[in-house]
Amino acid sequence: MKIVVCVKQVPDTSEVRIDPITGTMIREGVKSIINPDDLSGLEAALRIKDVYKAEVIALSMGPMQADNALRECLAMGVDQAILLSDRKFAGADTWATSLSLSKAIEKINPDLIIAGRQAIDGDTAQVGPQIAEHLNIPSVAYVNEIKVKDENSLVVKRMFEDGYQSILVKTPCLLTVLKEINSVRYMRVAKIYNSYKDGLVEVWDNEVLKLDPHELGLKGSPTKVKKSYTKGVKTAGKVFEVDSKEEAAKIIIDKMKENYIL
Amino acid sequence: MENYKDVLVYIEQRHGEIQTVSLELLGIGKTLAEKLNVNVNACIVGNNIKNLAKELAYYGANKVYIVENEILENYVNEPYTKALATVINDVKPEIVLVGATSIGRDLAPRVSSRVHTGLTADCTNLDIDPETNNLLMTRPAFGGNLMATIICPNHRPQMSTVRPGVMVQSRRDETLTSEMIDYHINFTDKDMNVQVLERVKEKAKKIRIEDANVLVSAGRGIGSKENMKSLYQLSDMIKGEVSGTRAVVDNGWLDKERQVGQTGKTVRPDLYIAAGISGAIQHVSGMEDSNLIIAINKNPSAPIFEVADVGIVGDATKIIPEVIKELKQISK
Repeated sequence: MKIVVCVKQVPDTSEVRIDPITGTMIREGVKSIINPDDLSGLEAALRIKDVYKAEVIALSMGPMQADNALRECLAMGVDQAILLSDRKFAGADTWATSLSLSKAIEKINPDLIIAGRQAIDGDTAQVGPQIAEHLNIPSVAYVNEIKVKDENSLVVKRMFEDGYQSILVKTPCLLTVLKEINSVRYMRVAKIYNSYKDGLVEVWDNEVLKLDPHELGLKGSPTKVKKSYTKGVKTAGKVFEVDSKEEAAKIIIDKMKENYIL
Repeated sequence: MENYKDVLVYIEQRHGEIQTVSLELLGIGKTLAEKLNVNVNACIVGNNIKNLAKELAYYGANKVYIVENEILENYVNEPYTKALATVINDVKPEIVLVGATSIGRDLAPRVSSRVHTGLTADCTNLDIDPETNNLLMTRPAFGGNLMATIICPNHRPQMSTVRPGVMVQSRRDETLTSEMIDYHINFTDKDMNVQVLERVKEKAKKIRIEDANVLVSAGRGIGSKENMKSLYQLSDMIKGEVSGTRAVVDNGWLDKERQVGQTGKTVRPDLYIAAGISGAIQHVSGMEDSNLIIAINKNPSAPIFEVADVGIVGDATKIIPEVIKELKQISK
């Protein structure tokens, strides 16, 4: 079985803070990590490889420094790592990103594609299902269990807010997995060492993908960011000394109305 | 582009029950439609769902497109994609709204790819740009640190998934009617590439206070497990969850999974009501990024007032029941 795992390098958003003076986002010193849901996807693929004969390929799209994330994937045990990197890819929304990734996946021709449910920087959860649509293959999202049934079918558990479905799906297919599906293994020391050898991460640009430049990056993206802003600097609060519980209740309810909670 | 008109709301039903978020979308859909001087329509997909369509009229849908088929008994990505994409390609709405549930966030991406348009995820605010008539879709990113307003200027429809609980339902009005349109779509074996072996509905939902938009949070000042009841009552009324400090958990008044703070969870709700919480740093570090913090404490020098937007010096065990009483008055 050939498995492609889609991974994204993201800033560790739990460390992103707002500058209390300017109200802007502080990105400096925030480390880049492999998106947590994607790491679980990687682990899920490696667990299949642990038991069955499988080849696992990590695929990412991003600037050249994203090759660090792919070296981590190599250190965890993937067989091959491919980075889609080209200035033409920059500024892509989920539509254009999923198109580029699907073109690369077409070239690799895997039986199974695993992606994390969503990335912590964008939180969209869109790229996985959109890749499946571009490839015209079935997809199952919100998966938190994968069982290999036979050579060309899987049984997966698809989670909903109010329950789950057990689903039989034939390969080729795409799954997006939840972080809860497993706990991720550590990198192996020897493999970390090896992963830093030159030439291990293959870089594909649009010379390889040969997509119409109008479908790439910012130009190929139907959505555009009109503006972005932080919620701003927090102003000092007000403390009320109240005479009665009725007065206190009124202040609280007015505040809730003002903030559209009611 | 100019052939595209009206707002289309995808109505999510599960096992024959319309999901609340869909009614909220009819509410905001109507607001947007009025600004554009067009209609708000609904599309409902499933099996044996005709009886639900009338309800959509009561909530303001001008037309209801009904896609009914046995193959649509359970939600499955591909046949549902075909249903919604076919309706979109046919009726050409300028805006399509889908609830950002575990179904909507799976269905809408695939549909947007198929009809080749943009999709903005998890929006918390929608408006119309008065100059261009484009849909302004605002959403949080970077873990809520950043808000971004997204547009889809050159593709139609403009599609968005919308976070549940953010928009307001229209008032239900049984005198309203709508045009019902049965939509016959031919499904073949090629549309069903998976088989649902089992469907399990779980009753007890796991509580994730991190996901709650509103938290009513208890500190030692609540005084007893008995007094916790009013906090649950208030949180129900404002669609929130109950959380608390470590002291409250240690006292056995609250489950560990609801604990906020350094040894508990970090939360950033839209509203955090700190009831009887003094505000030790271990607690504050887990909730200080909340959008609006209302603190009630008897001690005027309690450190919680340093991080609160609104502080009230008083007894939370008396003030919370009073808030409940007032809210009941309002809802009457």
